[in-house]
Amino acid sequence: MASPDDLTGEPLSLYAARKGVYPKKVDGPFRRFKWAIMAVTLAIYYGTPWIRWDRGPHAPDQAVLVDLANRRFYMFQIEIWPHEFYYVAGLLIMAGVGLFLVTSAVGRAWCGYACPQTVWTDLFQHVDRLIDGDRNAQIRLANGPWTAEKIAKRTVKYAIYLTVAFWTGGAWIMYFADAPTLTRDFWSGEAAPVAYVTVAVLTATTFILGGFLREQVCIYMCPWPRIQTAMMDEKSLLVTYKDWRGEPRGSVKKAEKNPDAFGDCIDCNQCVAVCPTGIDIREGPQIGCITCALCIDACDSVMAQVGRPRGLIDYCTLDDAATEKAGGTAPPIRKTLFRPRTLIYFGLWGAIGLAMLFTLGQRTRLDLAVQHGRSPLYVQLSDGAIRNNYTLKLRNMELRPRTVEISVSGLPGARLWIDGGSRETARQSLHMPLAADSVTSARLFVVAPGAGPKRQDFTIAVRALDEDPRGDSETIQFDRPGGQS
Amino acid sequence: MADHKRIDEVTGTSTSGHEWDGIEELDTPMPRWWLWSLYATIVWGIAYVILYPAWPMVHGATEGVLGWTSRGQLEAEMRADAQRRAPVVNAIAATQIADLPAKPELMQAAVQGGAAAFRVHCIQCHGAGGAGVQNLYPSLTDDDWLWGGDLATIEYTITHGIRNPDHEATRTSLMPAFGRDGILDAGQIADVVSRVRVISGQEKESASSVRGAAVFEANCAVCHGASGEGGRDFGAPKLTDAIWLYGGDRASITATVNQPRNGVMPRWNSRLDPVTIKMLAAYVYSLGGGEKAPAPNPAAAAEGQGADGQP
Repeated sequence: MASPDDLTGEPLSLYAARKGVYPKKVDGPFRRFKWAIMAVTLAIYYGTPWIRWDRGPHAPDQAVLVDLANRRFYMFQIEIWPHEFYYVAGLLIMAGVGLFLVTSAVGRAWCGYACPQTVWTDLFQHVDRLIDGDRNAQIRLANGPWTAEKIAKRTVKYAIYLTVAFWTGGAWIMYFADAPTLTRDFWSGEAAPVAYVTVAVLTATTFILGGFLREQVCIYMCPWPRIQTAMMDEKSLLVTYKDWRGEPRGSVKKAEKNPDAFGDCIDCNQCVAVCPTGIDIREGPQIGCITCALCIDACDSVMAQVGRPRGLIDYCTLDDAATEKAGGTAPPIRKTLFRPRTLIYFGLWGAIGLAMLFTLGQRTRLDLAVQHGRSPLYVQLSDGAIRNNYTLKLRNMELRPRTVEISVSGLPGARLWIDGGSRETARQSLHMPLAADSVTSARLFVVAPGAGPKRQDFTIAVRALDEDPRGDSETIQFDRPGGQS
Repeated sequence: MADHKRIDEVTGTSTSGHEWDGIEELDTPMPRWWLWSLYATIVWGIAYVILYPAWPMVHGATEGVLGWTSRGQLEAEMRADAQRRAPVVNAIAATQIADLPAKPELMQAAVQGGAAAFRVHCIQCHGAGGAGVQNLYPSLTDDDWLWGGDLATIEYTITHGIRNPDHEATRTSLMPAFGRDGILDAGQIADVVSRVRVISGQEKESASSVRGAAVFEANCAVCHGASGEGGRDFGAPKLTDAIWLYGGDRASITATVNQPRNGVMPRWNSRLDPVTIKMLAAYVYSLGGGEKAPAPNPAAAAEGQGADGQP
């Protein structure tokens, strides 16, 4: 290869055209496992927004709903308000630690089975096989001239791509609004513009990423393989070609003539043919390998045909590979899975989950925020008493209307009222109705005798007058003349 | 220079003919996309000059065939906003101010609109939040009203102002300058100040205050009431309470008796529409000191009620 500084020859090109990947159809335990995961993940993705969940008359009945307009997040029995976003942060941390756990235990299992890019690429590759035929037919068609048949097949295939992509985008928006209503509005042209834009963008990205970029996303665009590489160790499961068993390669015929000169690999290339990222696993672990294990299925079926033991290509850790190479027997898989590192990850993951569940159960669904009115800080009343104004924000996070009691303590002789009341009706505590699942703002007037410290801390408390009497309180200042600071 | 132009063997493009110590410049053509972008911006520029105001002249600029102006756009936006607010504004206009509290949503809208107008027209004197300024402008948040604190009264005060010389309906009264004009001598003033400080609970009864009681009876009671309870018909403040706009200490009261301020406020009906004034009144009313309207019979209310105006 020419040095970049050598300008005498042909100019170097920084562009490499994609080599087509036409994975061959394969069957086996891992393929069936992948089918199952694809079915489950797609069913979750498309089906979840349609699950109904009765929350009573004051909240939507969609089980999973990110209600951006009203700033609520519903997930079955759990309702999260914007200020409780730390639960979402906690979920993200759990997802992160969960990926650490999975990666350290079973390598790039996420990439191979559950990543949306993998699932949709798999789906689109099945569409390819459905329309164009298996690997060889696909290659022939790709290299062949643009005949009427090719044009027809391409048209049908891209139409199916587009349909899948459209449904993908269409399902996404269902998480953000009532699914049946949005579906009706969407087709009658009455949905919000952002719904159409989102569907258009996601249709385009799915069409491009799943239909055309495919393994290039994993190899060139995604940061995750790089991070995973750093997180795997010699005890993480990898899809491994057991070269000590397979090499040197040779066909069955050659091996029959000279049994001692060849290993088990018959160089049939089936592992390359079925690979969805188009790599040769026999070159060793590499960034292009998403550990989908389809090459294991392919190799196992070939080994069965030629009467050799399965597992020439198999899940195997680097440690086990070294042991087996040296002629030893690898320890059972549970020893690989249950080791301090994975147990610590699992403990961490479980602890975060339990802590979140615990705090979810303990949450108070009535919340008070108080702001001291500052213009003016205090008001001199004609009988010598002093009035301070406060703005209350009362969050009733229960899905039912509630009546709450507001009271003050630590301020002797204090009387209070809210908008619509007056000093004549002022009491030591007052009742106030709160609408279901809403924030109520109110101005609180507090009158106290004029004699007292110029700045005094006292407590405003709110408690519900229903079956859940818990509430909230806040300590705040009461100001008197003489020290406006 | 043009003579030095030649075709560069390596790249196959012409040189520009410039040469510096053997370093030559290639005359590489502009990228096609760049040129098309340039042409597109030229077309855009010409279209813009035709469609929009662009070319400066002596008195203004070319108008553009679309007739667009930033002023016109602002007017359109303001019109659109006025149209948006119209239902609420019309509803407020059609409601008697005393009936507003019975319609909480309308009242809330009025208070919010009033808060906005207050920030534009009123805070210069009355301060943010209506806190007032000691010695200058009264607080609007307390329970002490010079002219009355129910909705209709506040609306009247804002509409007609206080002591507007050119306006018949304005609220007006004039406290004589007892000291400056020599109506009372210094001793009498000292006595009456003692009396005022006694009835407001700031001093104990003294010989001076006893003398002052007679002075008060003769000179002050006609407006401020026999016991200093104030008189809202004249905007005469209550003298028995803890609120002193111009100060309640001896020196301050003496200064007031010598030469009263007789504060003024512009009438706002010459500048604001009735709905805005109504909203302002609702806002001031909501600041914490709003009073219930007096009993329906005004005569009975004027006679029978105390200075507090409490029904």
